[in-house]
Amino acid sequence: MLRTLAKIARIGVVSEPAPAAADELRVRDVLQREIREVLGRALCIRQVDAGSCNGCELEIHALNNPLYSIEGLGIRFVASPRHADLLLVTGPVSVNMETALRRTYEATPDPKLVVAVGDCGCTGGIFGESYASRGRVENVIPVDVAVPGCPPSPTRLLQGILAAISAGR
Amino acid sequence: MNDRGDIEWSPAGGTPAAWRAGVNADQWLALATTFRNDGARLLALWASDDRACAAYLTGGGLRVAESRVDLGTPEVPSLGDLFPAAARMERAAFDLSGIRVQREDARPWLRHASWPSDFHPLRSGAASPEGFAAASDAYAFVRVAGDGVHEIPVGPVHAGIIEPGHFRFSVVGEKVLRLEERLGYVHKGIERRFRDFNALDAHRLAARVSGDSAVAFSWAYCRALESLAGCEAPARAAWLRGVALELERLANHLGDLGALGNDAGFAFALAQFSRLKEELLRATASAFGQRYLMDFVVPGGVAQDVSVEPGRNLVARLATIDAEVRGMRRIYDDHPGLHDRFSGAGRVEPALAAQLGLTGLAGRASGQRFDLRVDHPFAPYDQAQVRLASDERGDVFARVAVRFEEALESIRLCCAWLDALPSGPIHELLRLPPDDACGYGLIEGWRGPVFVALETGPGGAIRRCHPHDPSWQNWPVLEHAIIGNIVPDFPLMNKSFNLSYSGHDL
Repeated sequence: MLRTLAKIARIGVVSEPAPAAADELRVRDVLQREIREVLGRALCIRQVDAGSCNGCELEIHALNNPLYSIEGLGIRFVASPRHADLLLVTGPVSVNMETALRRTYEATPDPKLVVAVGDCGCTGGIFGESYASRGRVENVIPVDVAVPGCPPSPTRLLQGILAAISAGR
Repeated sequence: MNDRGDIEWSPAGGTPAAWRAGVNADQWLALATTFRNDGARLLALWASDDRACAAYLTGGGLRVAESRVDLGTPEVPSLGDLFPAAARMERAAFDLSGIRVQREDARPWLRHASWPSDFHPLRSGAASPEGFAAASDAYAFVRVAGDGVHEIPVGPVHAGIIEPGHFRFSVVGEKVLRLEERLGYVHKGIERRFRDFNALDAHRLAARVSGDSAVAFSWAYCRALESLAGCEAPARAAWLRGVALELERLANHLGDLGALGNDAGFAFALAQFSRLKEELLRATASAFGQRYLMDFVVPGGVAQDVSVEPGRNLVARLATIDAEVRGMRRIYDDHPGLHDRFSGAGRVEPALAAQLGLTGLAGRASGQRFDLRVDHPFAPYDQAQVRLASDERGDVFARVAVRFEEALESIRLCCAWLDALPSGPIHELLRLPPDDACGYGLIEGWRGPVFVALETGPGGAIRRCHPHDPSWQNWPVLEHAIIGNIVPDFPLMNKSFNLSYSGHDL
């Protein structure tokens, strides 16, 4: 116990200031003003892996580490789409996940936002479209913000999420 | 096979040394029986449209048996009784290639209801089904009967930031009587996609079979290609590949050690380990230009050199991480709450592990003392004398302990290699591999042995590429590990294995 307390005291607070929203990641011009007014910056995210290689998930996980400290910004990951304001979706959307993704989208209460993550979520990436892949997330559900990268860095992800909930251009 | 019916092995190069042989249906089974009795392990089983292939790891190296099938009635005997892990691989082989395996459980595995049952994507000439809508199917889970037994369905979309899959628990109260997994949700057609690539470019796709094992898969792919093209990566490139693979192992182990503490209610551990992982990734980015080394291993060598100063900084950072990991291990060892949750949870006894073929990290935590870096060392491991980490307890605590040992060993290896990198080129020009040839690559990734079988067509085309993740072997064992435990302990057990969905679903 003493070691634990000593370490907590020694390490202190390591969280870094958040980056600014990146407007260039926004794909839909008309943002849902309602969401911004209701939420301000407090946001609940449901992450959906719709077919990724799990590389994007590694960087999404990093958002929760003490340096990016996404919860410190009032944003947190929730366990059910029914509790979510925003879906953070990685792709490509596999055909075997298409129904689950649509149902997750339908289960998310309106108004809602969708951020597509990674080269595969944005374009289908290296996997493209095939008998088993529907390609980019937008081929299956509407997308508000797209964050490319393989995988995108946590800073880029944060900029994309903030772009989804910040004031328009 | 020669006229007398003996099996004729022809050498296929590579490290460990590989041989391949064509066999008939009787020999397919007889060979598997011999290998099983000799203590060999089944590495992978896959099919093309005209044959089934099985790769075994023996004490002397890699043996690949290929059984040609009659295209009218493509069938091979099942190896499932000898190697239980073969069962799902055989079901997947039918879904993808249409080769039927004579077995009781004929349920589809990777094919859900999303394409017709007579469409086999890896059959040559198979056209993609047009306009076939996604659908949900009623998968025939095995039912458990009895007073008070009920089912808990979980997934495919899970409650955390995890890959999708479905778990069907049959429980009485909190006690798990049976867990049945259903996977295949992230099947995105990787094996068919390989055919769209030239062999010299496909390492990029291999790196994305399972993103958390990008170095292991791209290296295994490059080993397969290089053995075909008769090329050996220069010494400096081999050492840098070794550093990259150990950084990948370390990053994953740090993440898992924190998550395991967190799943036992010790949030402090997650905060500390996720901070350490972030520091490691930033130091990696300073030295290698990428946080995750997705495209670092390329055919013939590596994509980028590490210069002196960033290399030194990385070594210094690794030294501080080493000290912190040792400190965290003392905290874990002294923590009664962690002991209570870790000890005895999800136990896989060594005898069961051997019977089911539990492999890699989880295998070593159940007394299966196998590590390719030790047993069949490839450069740069041939001079590194890797210390094998193992444990006999087979529970969550053992899988935590093995991760601590391996994380510290990875740091030692990285520092030793970075301090004494041989000078010279980092890349050798690769000529096109020969037409109609097979090459194999085998690398000890952080989960376990990562295997790639590559078959070329004319002019550098890929006729067939099968990437194999050790999760194939270990997913079925998780179903055994949970029996008799309670449902709320499942996340902890699942995390202690931390298997890949994408690497399995392909």
